[in-house]
Order: sequence, then structure tokens, then C-alpha cells
Amino acid sequence: MKVKEIVKVLDAKLVCGQDQVDYSIEVAFASDLMSDVLTLKNDHVLLITGLANMQTIRTAEMSDIRCIIFARNKKATAEMIELALENEMVVLECRYSVFKTCGLLFGAGVKPIF
Amino acid sequence: MAERMQFEYNVDGGNFTRAGYASSEIKKILKKLNVDLAVIKRTVVASYEGEVNIVAHAYSGTIYVDIDTERIRIRLQDEGPGIPDIDKAMEEGFSTASSQVREMGFGAGMGLPNMKKNTDRMEITSEVGKGTTVEIEIVLK
Ligand SMILES: Nc1ncnc2c1ncn2[C@@H]1O[C@H](COP(=O)(O)OP(=O)(O)O)[C@@H](O)[C@H]1O
Ligand SMILES: [Mg+2]
Repeated sequence: MKVKEIVKVLDAKLVCGQDQVDYSIEVAFASDLMSDVLTLKNDHVLLITGLANMQTIRTAEMSDIRCIIFARNKKATAEMIELALENEMVVLECRYSVFKTCGLLFGAGVKPIF
Repeated sequence: MAERMQFEYNVDGGNFTRAGYASSEIKKILKKLNVDLAVIKRTVVASYEGEVNIVAHAYSGTIYVDIDTERIRIRLQDEGPGIPDIDKAMEEGFSTASSQVREMGFGAGMGLPNMKKNTDRMEITSEVGKGTTVEIEIVLK
């Protein structure tokens, strides 16, 4: 699913990566545990999380994750956005809970990893 | 590339804002060297978990990187409390992490086991009250 479709499904705010709305994710994974994210082997993963701090962006950087959704109104700070931009990531914010975010995306056809 | 390249980075214990800086620099270097992307990911995931361990569990540390045409070697050396029982620390789920560490998305006792899974060799030496050294190696060919 393309970033622009994700934005539509979640009524999300595109915080950075406006030039990458055609980037396609293949699978999604939801976790607040970064050590869990760091075990993933897949490419083109969408990360759904309620943990908004520098380590979320760092974890995505190490894992080659290019698209992150912060659920439940969690906001990316200026410092996080700067690091995300450096790594050419797409960052989205949405007001739904992690549960609803996952439900909407699953319903729209996004595949899980496991 | 040059036959052999060596780098080192300082890591501050407790500084979560900066945790990952060294691993990020390592990733940039490996990309420039055109190392296979899957190998880069294995390397930086391991170095990042090790870097987070210094930040989370030690007072200060240094990450030494040594790259040649055959392999990548990373030594994460810290001054800190040390690890009393290394076998126990290697067990999946064992953690002494503080609530602050858990708030940062770590502290589930998955770091050391995942470092082991992502590398071709890993060795831990530690002295209680002094510090810990974790050496990892990734074979390039
Ligand atoms: N550099 C270190 N210095 C002291 N103790 C460490 C260090 N690295 C790991 N440990 C110990 O080993 C345990 C397991 O580490 P790890 O698997 O990375 O899990 P976590 O960091 O999530 O607790 C830690 O909780 C800690 O007790
Ligand atoms: Mg750890």
C-alpha cells in the first residue's frame, strides 16, 4: 500500500516525507518495544507505534524502515523529524489508537509480518 | 577500499537522546563501502543494541570499529557495573533495565540474544565493578 493511501485510510497527518507519497509498504508491524522491531527481517515494513522518541527513529534507521505511524496523537519532535528527514523517512501522525490504526489498515488489505 | 579502516566513538551512559549516533555513523561508512545491505542491517542492529546497552547499563564507553576486506569487527567497551552472570544475561527475557530504559522501548532482555543472532561471532568479557566488553564480528565473504 502506498503512503498516500495510508494517509487517506487513517486520516493521518504527513509530518515529513511529502515527496515520498508513492512509496509502497509491503507489510506492517505494531510495537512499542524497539528490541522487537530490531528482530524483523522484512523489507518495506510500516511501523505502527505509540512510542514517540528519538529511539523510535534510530530503530527505524537501523532496521531500514522508511515509514512510521505514530498513533494516538503522539507527536514527532523537531529533533525526531530532522533525523527522519536525514534518513529519507516518511513520518505520519494519526489520532486513532494503535488498535484502531491496525484494524483500519488490516481492513484495507495491509499484510502482517507474522 | 583501503585494506583496513578503524574508527572509534564515545558513548555516554544515560544519554538516550544520543544513543544510536555511533551505530548511525557505522551505517554511513558501510554504505559508502558498498557493503551488502543485508550485511549492513545485521551489523548495525547488533551495534545499536550494544550501544543502547552502554547507555542503559554503563557509565561511559567506547565503540571501536575495525573493517577490512574480510570482516567487520566491533568492540563495545564500557566502564560500568559489569555483568555478574554472563550466561544469565544472554538468556532471552533476562533484564535488569530501569523503568526509564523501558520507556525508551528497550529493557525486554532481547538485546544480547539479538546481537548474537545477527553476528558470526560474539564474545563478552566482564568484570563486576569495572565494566564490560562485547566483541562482535561479521564476516564479509
Ligand atoms: N554493557 C553492560 N553493562 C552491564 N550490564 C549489561 C550490559 N549489557 C547488558 N547487561 C546486562 O544484561 C542484561 C540483558 O541485556 P539485553 O539482552 O541487552 O537486555 P536489556 O538491555 O533489554 O535488559 C541487562 O538487563 C543487564 O543486566
Ligand atoms: Mg539491551
